[in-house]
Parts: sequence; structure tokens; C-alpha cells
Amino acid sequence: MSRIPSTFEALQGKGRKALIPFITAGDPSLAHTVSLMHALVEAGADIIELGVPFSDPMADGPAIQRSSERALRKHTSLRGVLEAVRTFRSKDDATPVVLMGYANPIEAMGVERFAQSAADAGVDGVLVVDYPPEEGSGLSQALKARDIDSIYLLSPTSTESRIREVGRAASGYIYYVSLKGVTGAASLDLDEIARKLPAIKAHTGLPVGVGFGIRDAETARAVGKLSDAVVIGSRLVQEIEDSAPEQAVEKVRALVGGIRRAMDA
Amino acid sequence: MQMYEAGQIYDLPDSKGHFGPYGGVFVAETLMYALDELRREYLRLRDDAEFQREFQYELKHYVGRPSPVYHARRLSEHLGGAQIWLKREDLNHTGAHKINNTIGQSLVARRMGKKRVIAETGAGQHGVASATVAARYGMECVVYMGLEDIKRQASNVYRMKLLGATVVPVESGSRTLKDALNEAMRDWVTNVESTFYIIGTVAGPHPYPMMVRDFNAVVGRELLVQMPEVIGRQPDAVLACVGGGSNAMGVFHPYIAERGVRLIGVEAAGEGLGTGHHAATLCAGRPGVLHGNRTYLLQDEDGQIIETHSISAGLDYPGVGPEHAWLKDSGRAEYVAASDDEALQAFHTLCRMEGIMPALESSHALAHAMKIAPGMRPDQVLLVNLSGRGDKDMHTVANASGITL
Repeated sequence: MSRIPSTFEALQGKGRKALIPFITAGDPSLAHTVSLMHALVEAGADIIELGVPFSDPMADGPAIQRSSERALRKHTSLRGVLEAVRTFRSKDDATPVVLMGYANPIEAMGVERFAQSAADAGVDGVLVVDYPPEEGSGLSQALKARDIDSIYLLSPTSTESRIREVGRAASGYIYYVSLKGVTGAASLDLDEIARKLPAIKAHTGLPVGVGFGIRDAETARAVGKLSDAVVIGSRLVQEIEDSAPEQAVEKVRALVGGIRRAMDA
Repeated sequence: MQMYEAGQIYDLPDSKGHFGPYGGVFVAETLMYALDELRREYLRLRDDAEFQREFQYELKHYVGRPSPVYHARRLSEHLGGAQIWLKREDLNHTGAHKINNTIGQSLVARRMGKKRVIAETGAGQHGVASATVAARYGMECVVYMGLEDIKRQASNVYRMKLLGATVVPVESGSRTLKDALNEAMRDWVTNVESTFYIIGTVAGPHPYPMMVRDFNAVVGRELLVQMPEVIGRQPDAVLACVGGGSNAMGVFHPYIAERGVRLIGVEAAGEGLGTGHHAATLCAGRPGVLHGNRTYLLQDEDGQIIETHSISAGLDYPGVGPEHAWLKDSGRAEYVAASDDEALQAFHTLCRMEGIMPALESSHALAHAMKIAPGMRPDQVLLVNLSGRGDKDMHTVANASGITL
């Protein structure tokens, strides 16, 4: 079993919600990525989503697009991202790491080889944005054989039968996209989340994280009251863009710390 | 690889949109419902007599179909081999085959009650064809176009604006067609309830490759009737240029069952396949996943999509329709490439020999026909799909000759 289920169980025991920050690996560099990951954990992150940069991030808004472009200019490859996870694991063997990205870099490496390398590096979950369950079953099987979770997305437009279908394929947690649009888009609809989440929990039996459009501590706190986990991506990635590389770690630590305190208050 | 047996009935894609290992639906969950809705609606309309009657009416009275098929006699004599015939898609309203598809998709959009259409464009031909039908049916139209392409194709940008469309410059990535497609997808996922996405080629998630092919297949169906009328039989080979592959799929599809007819797709070899500056996806790429489907891609060893080059903006795309990927692997179609220089030479030759100015895209197909015709007998026939006219390429051709207009 990956580190994800035990993480959610421990949080539930303490009555806390999971905070899942997302950063793009290789932005501003892979060395910074490892420092950023440790800082995120110290600031209160429960799980880390690590973006694997891709040249054509179709589901991402401007902040994550630019961050992917910066990472690719530094020649960040999937192999390099896995190496960063391995380096992170030498000091942190407890915090789950989820890779989030697009299908093509994985297919270029080969699905079996990727699954084995991810297991060797200490990856706990994989979310491939453009692999819906229909197309992602090959990867899911390869990951399952190595106790790595397959995280899948659900959205406001997912029907009840679709929720059941995705629930059968998913493990670890469900990532609920809280609005129609790309990452980092406008504001989200709390009422819609409150309506949709009970159905998702009932049909999948998995913890549900909510992301896309959570930009501040206040919203994180409100979403945390409804869900099992809160995912924050574009806001952090924007903070990294706006900071000088040597200040990025401290800026991100402060931002995530503030969100953690709001969620626990 | 011979996966396609003689006598086998061709009815791809399957219900999930697969052409063998290619095609499919590789999109974020946020688009699954919209694609499902579109697939259901299109499958219904495909068999709806009233819808098909309306489509045929528009093709006849608005586009000007059927387009003629023309014997390029002087060119054929000059080459001294096979006879070259041209399917004149350049004579369509708006000057290319693209309008066949945009009419079809906008009729689907109307039936689905969508008031806003969006499109991506490279050279601007699909953007113009989309803006045209949006004006024709009174719909709002937003066209995404890479900043680099906007600079290269200023007159098409102005045409779209004259037709009432909003042209949005795309500044991400390589600022070309692939990035415009990414941006259109992002718009669609954000405005999915009000908006219909008119994809301009036979790529993207199912049902787009099938739907765009079906709408363009009117070209091949006309030829199946026209060729026996003019030469008493079908041609020996059909040639078409391939970027995304919509004009080629439109002529190839009705000919797949005509076993005696060779199908030849011509990609853009740019400055040469060995230079890395080309857009010959099927000749030099390998399979991967991009823009909602699995197909051949031009990519680096890490799976990042690489920038392409072609003198013709319409062929400047790092992917290709999944049905072409399947036709290549199955051996039913062959794919070759013609360089920038060969296309330019074909362009000038057709201007001088026949008084027809072809689009630079179509000039690639013509270039390959000119290459193989001399080695064939005078009673053999090469049919070239002249997918568009070359007026839009004046500046590019002049630049290549060192002339500033």
C-alpha cells in the first residue's frame, strides 16, 4: 500500500483535513524543487503534488503554463523529476508524493519502465490529466502492481454513472475539479461543491480533494469544511514566479503556513 | 505491417473512437461530458435525412459544389508521363476545402442550441472558414491564432475581422497552431455549456476525427462519380497533402474500398527530413498522445512536442489525424514528403502551365505528382486534390524569391 491511505487515516483521527500543495518540478530548478518540497512539509503539507512539465499543458491556466515553460527551459525531464523524488525521499520517508502531468512523457519513457522507476523513486500516486479511466487502464495496472495509487479527476459535469466508473478505476483519493475551466481560473462555487461531494464520496468510497481555483487561506478553510483535502497549485506557482529563486522557498513556506493555520483554526 | 486484409469491411473508428491503436479520447475529465454529448448528437444527425439534406443544400448553393475535376493537359505533356488531373477545391467559396467541414459543424452546433463557436487556426484558412459560417448563421465567433502566425498571415486576420470574428493572439509555447489548439481547448472547457468548438482537422478527441472526415468526404464521393465520367475509370493514384490531414482524409476515405487506387499522402519536408526543420509527422515521427488522441507525433526523446517547420503554415503541425496513422501502419496508404523548394517549384509550374495558382499546402501534393509522373505511362492517371488556392500565399512566395511586396 502507498503512503496515501495511512495519511488520510491519521488525519481523520486528528479531525484535520489534508493540505495538498502543487508545484511544478524544475521551476525554478530541480535543486530548488527538493528544497521546496521539504519546506512545504515543514509548513504543514500532508501530501505533495509534483507537476511533471509538458510542452502542451492543455488543461492548465497561464500560471502553470508559464511555470512548465520555465522548467522545460531548464531541460527538466521525467527522469529528472523522478531523481528529485528520490533525493527528497532520502530525508523524508513519510510524506506521500503524487506526480501530476500529461500522458506523452510517460508513453515516451514506456508505461512499464515509468511505473518501475516511479516505484523505485518512492512515488505514491500518479495523476495523468489526459488519461481518463478508458485510456489509462494500462498505466493503472502497471502502477497497481507496484502499490502506487492512480488518482483520477471528477468535475462538476460528471454524471452519477461517470462517478461510479471513475470510482472503480481510482485509488488513493479523488481529485474534484471545483470549476469549469483550467487551473487557476476565477472563483469557485462552494454550493456546487457542497452538492456534489456527498455523491462522490458515496459512489467511490475514497477521500475527495478539491482543487482548481483555491487562491487564499479563506477559501481553503471554507473548502476544507466540505472536503477531505484541499489542493493549492496556481497560487503557489505564481508565488514562485514572482520571487527571486533564493527567496522562493521562504515565500512558499510562509504562504502554505498561513493556509495551514486557517484550515486548522 | 499488413493489418488490413483484402475484403475486410472498413468501418473505423470503433465506438470508443479508436482506429486500431490510434485515436481515442485523451482529455481531462472536465471535457468528457461535452464530448459524450457531441458524440451522441452527431451519431444521431449522421443518420438524420433532414440534417443531411440541409448540409447538401448548403454545399451546393453556398459553397458551390460539386467542384470540378480538371485535366492539366499542358502540365502532363510537359512531364511526359502520367496524366495529371486536379480536383478543384480551390474553387470553393473561401478558396479551400475547409468550408465543407465548418458548414457541417456549424449545422451540428445549431442543432445543439450553441450560440457561440470557437476555432483554432494556423494559416488562417480554417479561421476564415469558421468566421464565414458564423456570419452566415448569426453566431458569435472567437478564433485562437498563434502570435507568430498572426504576423505571417495579416490579410487572413483582417478577413476574419471583416467577417465579425474576434481573433485572440496566443502567446504561449511556440505561438503557432498547436498552441492555438491548446488555448481553444481551454476556452471550451471554461465555456462548455454555451460554446461549440469547431476543430479544423481530422485530429482531436473522438468524435472529431470521424466527424471532420465525414464532412470532407464529400470530395472523395464526388470523385468516385466524376472520374468514370471523364476517363471511364478510377485513377491509378490519389494524392493529397497532409498536415493534420483533413483534405487527404476527405479524398482517401471514399477510396479506401477501391483497392486498385493507390493513396499517397504528401507531408512537408521543410528544409529536408535530415535537417530537423520539417513537419513530416508520419515520415519521421513516432506514436504518442497530444490534443486528445493517440497518433504519430514529432517529439523529442523525453516526449516533449518539438517545433515544426514548413513554408506552408497549413502543414506546420507536429501531429496528424489518427486515421492517417492507422492507414500508414495498415499499408493501405503511403506517406512521403516534399520540401519547401519542391513545393515552390510546383507552385510556379502550375501558375505558368495551367493558369492556376495553388495553395502552398496543395503544392506539396502536386510536387510529388510531378516527381512520379515522368516514370509512368501516358495512359496512367494521377489525381491531385488541389485543396486550396494560393492567393493567401503571395507574400510567402514573394519573400522566397527575394521580393518584398
